[in-house]
Amino acid sequence: MLKRARGLWAWLLAPAVLIISNQTMAEEVERWKLNMVEGVTPISREVYGLHMLMFWWCVVIAVVVFTIMFYSMIMHRKSRGVKASNFHESTVLEIVWTAIPLIILIAMAFPATTSLIKLYDTSEAELDVVITGYQWRWRYEYLDEDVYFFSNMSTPREQIEGLEARGANYLLEVDEPLVIPVDTKVRFLITAADVIHSWWVPAFGIKTDSIPGFINEAWAIVDTPGTYRGQCAELCGRDHGFMPIVVEALPKDEYQQWLDQKRTDLAEIRQLTEQTFEFEELYQRGQQVYTQWCVACHRADGAGVSGIFPALIGGVSVGPVEGHMDVVVNGVPGTAMQAFGEQLSEVDIAAVITYERNAWGNNMGDMVQPIDIFNFKQND
Amino acid sequence: MAHGPAKGLRRWLFTTNHKDIGSMYLWFSFAMFIVGGIFALIVRAELFEPGLQIVDPNFFNQMTTMHGLVMVFGAIMPAFVGLANWMIPLMIGAPDMALPRMNNWSFWILPFAFLMLLSTLFMPGGGPNFGWTFYAPLSTKYAPESVIFFIFAVHIMGASSIMGAINIIATVLNMRAPGMTLMKMPLFVWTWLITAYLLIVVMPVLAGAVTMVLMDTRFGTSFFDGAGGGDPVMFQHIFWFFGHPEVYIMILPAFGIISAIIPTFARKPLFGYSSMVYATASIAFLSFTVWAHHMFTVGMPIAGELFFMYATMLIAVPTGVKVFNWAATMFKGAMTFETPMLFAIAFVMLFTIGGLSGLMLAIAPADFQYHDTYFVVAHFHYVLVPGALFSIIAAAYYWLPKWSGRMYNEVLGKTHFWVAFIGLNLTFFPMHFAGLAGMPRRIPDYHMMFADWNMISSIGALIFGASQILFLYIVLDAIFRGKKATGQVWEGAEGLEWTLPSPAPYHTFSKPPEIK
Ligand code: HEC
Ligand code: HEM
Ligand SMILES: [Cu+2]
Ligand SMILES: [Cu+2]
Repeated sequence: MLKRARGLWAWLLAPAVLIISNQTMAEEVERWKLNMVEGVTPISREVYGLHMLMFWWCVVIAVVVFTIMFYSMIMHRKSRGVKASNFHESTVLEIVWTAIPLIILIAMAFPATTSLIKLYDTSEAELDVVITGYQWRWRYEYLDEDVYFFSNMSTPREQIEGLEARGANYLLEVDEPLVIPVDTKVRFLITAADVIHSWWVPAFGIKTDSIPGFINEAWAIVDTPGTYRGQCAELCGRDHGFMPIVVEALPKDEYQQWLDQKRTDLAEIRQLTEQTFEFEELYQRGQQVYTQWCVACHRADGAGVSGIFPALIGGVSVGPVEGHMDVVVNGVPGTAMQAFGEQLSEVDIAAVITYERNAWGNNMGDMVQPIDIFNFKQND
Repeated sequence: MAHGPAKGLRRWLFTTNHKDIGSMYLWFSFAMFIVGGIFALIVRAELFEPGLQIVDPNFFNQMTTMHGLVMVFGAIMPAFVGLANWMIPLMIGAPDMALPRMNNWSFWILPFAFLMLLSTLFMPGGGPNFGWTFYAPLSTKYAPESVIFFIFAVHIMGASSIMGAINIIATVLNMRAPGMTLMKMPLFVWTWLITAYLLIVVMPVLAGAVTMVLMDTRFGTSFFDGAGGGDPVMFQHIFWFFGHPEVYIMILPAFGIISAIIPTFARKPLFGYSSMVYATASIAFLSFTVWAHHMFTVGMPIAGELFFMYATMLIAVPTGVKVFNWAATMFKGAMTFETPMLFAIAFVMLFTIGGLSGLMLAIAPADFQYHDTYFVVAHFHYVLVPGALFSIIAAAYYWLPKWSGRMYNEVLGKTHFWVAFIGLNLTFFPMHFAGLAGMPRRIPDYHMMFADWNMISSIGALIFGASQILFLYIVLDAIFRGKKATGQVWEGAEGLEWTLPSPAPYHTFSKPPEIK
């Protein structure tokens, strides 16, 4: 029997191995990775240590149990002519195999407890970042720095649909990563705007649920500059698999430069509100905004997903401009249509509305200027 | 009333006979197992390689959700109730279940519940897509319209389970043959008695949870909506207060089955009968104190975190006792390896692996890395598939000769075992690695670094699925063409059911048997 089984294994594995070795993949991609990362923060290293410790204890226990079982299966089989003994009770043994695991567990509980206490110690942070989960993107806000932005997955749809070769960071790349300084205690204040998400960066040992109406805390001191990637870890709807997290840890001076640059950029965007744009400019910009923010639900052809996400062909997109602005700025409460008023700048809202009113045969021929959005918000 | 069964469809519709009802439960659960398996295969087909090839992400979410719901409530639980129906009266020397009409009712509402649940897939907006754990607000404010049918279906399943549980408790406590004291009952009866109490405690909690979801989606309440003063985390507490005992509901009867099979084929009495009973009871009790180990990352206060970590570690102790007792039962026996024994041994080994990964998950700081990854998917499949499911398959092979009066084909049975065993390990073992390497669960697409493990998993799943078709063939082949079985069936088997002829007559123990 055993020999036959072994033959079967080889036979079954052969095609698998063949397919896999023929698969073309970006060369930088690490394959057959089997263990947790050790990470770059004090917590991630502790967690890794605990994980390995538990793992080896489990191996020891498994070896003991399996040895006894295999020994019996080999030695105490009827075909060898053995006679079954009749023993079926031993209080001593029962106590022994209750006590030994108990002792192992108590021994494990100590390091686990101290690690947990450290993991929970978010005091004395030098930098606070508010992280808000949205369907399906992250928003990062540097507390007291007046800097905030959204971070969207930047992998093109063509790669997902297999029309283009997949990049090295397929599904794990964003348009704007979170940037933090190294050797600094950063506190993450994690919350959500719609459903529950979970902010997970394996290299930091952080996985913390982002829950609407609650603020959870986590912290990290990153000691190695670099780019660290993670993903949302709590099912949050259709595109749960497509809201990656990218964190760039920079040396302190570079971080400061980045922060200053970011502030200037934001101020510039605000200035755009006062400008007047040509139709073509708005339409182009609107298409970009739409592709980045709206396609997930309303689809590239504006047709939506029947029964869940409405088509944008017709409807408010061909109605009065105020109604259209209202939906996009304030969302539709109680549905998946969020209020984009806070998330997008005035220019971007004006652009996407202009786009929607003129794309897919809507052909309204009108346009919306940033200042209209600004005024709409003021009067709202 | 006549002594034999009625003829035709009426026999099955109106039957109050525990054997008929048991058979219906078992066939129903097999059908659901195939349906849930097809859903899993759709999931695995999409995950065969990176990229979106086969399904839309929203449909993918419906498939994982439906797979979980159908397997848990449609395949595993009804199968155990079916086994209880067939075997408990035979094991305790009772003529039938205590409440036969309720027995009929508790079965017959099930097909309608599942018809309703499955029909949601064809509704506008699709079926449930929020995971079998239906966390709010994804299942309330953001749910598809069909959520109300999901809720109604869960209510019916819950009612069915509660009725089944009441029936089992009433039967075990009132219908034992004279001399069948509690501490003489086979472990399958014991574990089911304890499971029945778990069911009666937690199914109403699940009913409460779905009712609150209904109120939030349709009647404007805000139980789980922070904006209205509610709390989405409360949903998780309520769900897992049901959910964790639920996983023991799916494994305690399995412990009973394995405790029957191993002694038979080791030809040696079960080691530590009374410690097995006490371990079962303590697992059941502790199962109410560990629910929040599913929620280590929700931001609980550290005291709560520590409490649930310690309690979870503690529950591993009685579970370990069981494994050691089974190993000691095998030790110095005179073993043979018929199909039921192969499945039982695989149960002990692979369940141990699932239990050990569970122990790793119990370590709260480490769980921050494991939670909601494929490591967890690997863990719960190691306890559910070679655990719950293998015990049911083992039970089917073990008692089929008693039910049908005919033997199955041993060579085919062993083939089924080896194919299933290989397929299962190919499917679920690599998931440990994918999870540790960083792959979250419930995603339809993934980075290439997880590609190799996923491809192996998908191939394994196909093999595992195919082996179940063989299972169906083996059972049908046995029923229609099998060799006649003796009353004793297995050389080393002990217990009242083996004192009856095979197949067991339609009415048994109308006169209570003599208990030695
Ligand atoms: C999370 C999914 C989602 C995203 C992303 C989304 N929408 Fe919507 N949208 C909806 C849903 C759901 C509705 C329907 C709300 C209702 O029930 O009235 C809707 C409705 C609308 C409507 C009204 C349609 C009509 O004719 O009634 C407009 C206009 C609209 N969205 C524009 C946008 C724009 C612009 C964006 C991107 C900035 C966007 N949506 C992004 C889900 C989404
Ligand atoms: C054919 C064998 C099986 C295969 C290939 C399989 C595969 C899968 C897959 C791929 C998932 C989704 C993982 C994710 O993305 O979260 C899943 C989830 C799940 N499976 Fe299975 N499974 C099998 C058998 C079973 C059995 C017998 C049970 C019994 C109870 C079960 C219970 C579950 C549960 C509870 C979930 C979680 C569902 C959810 O996340 O909502 N599975 N399975
Ligand atoms: Cu998510
Ligand atoms: Cu649990």
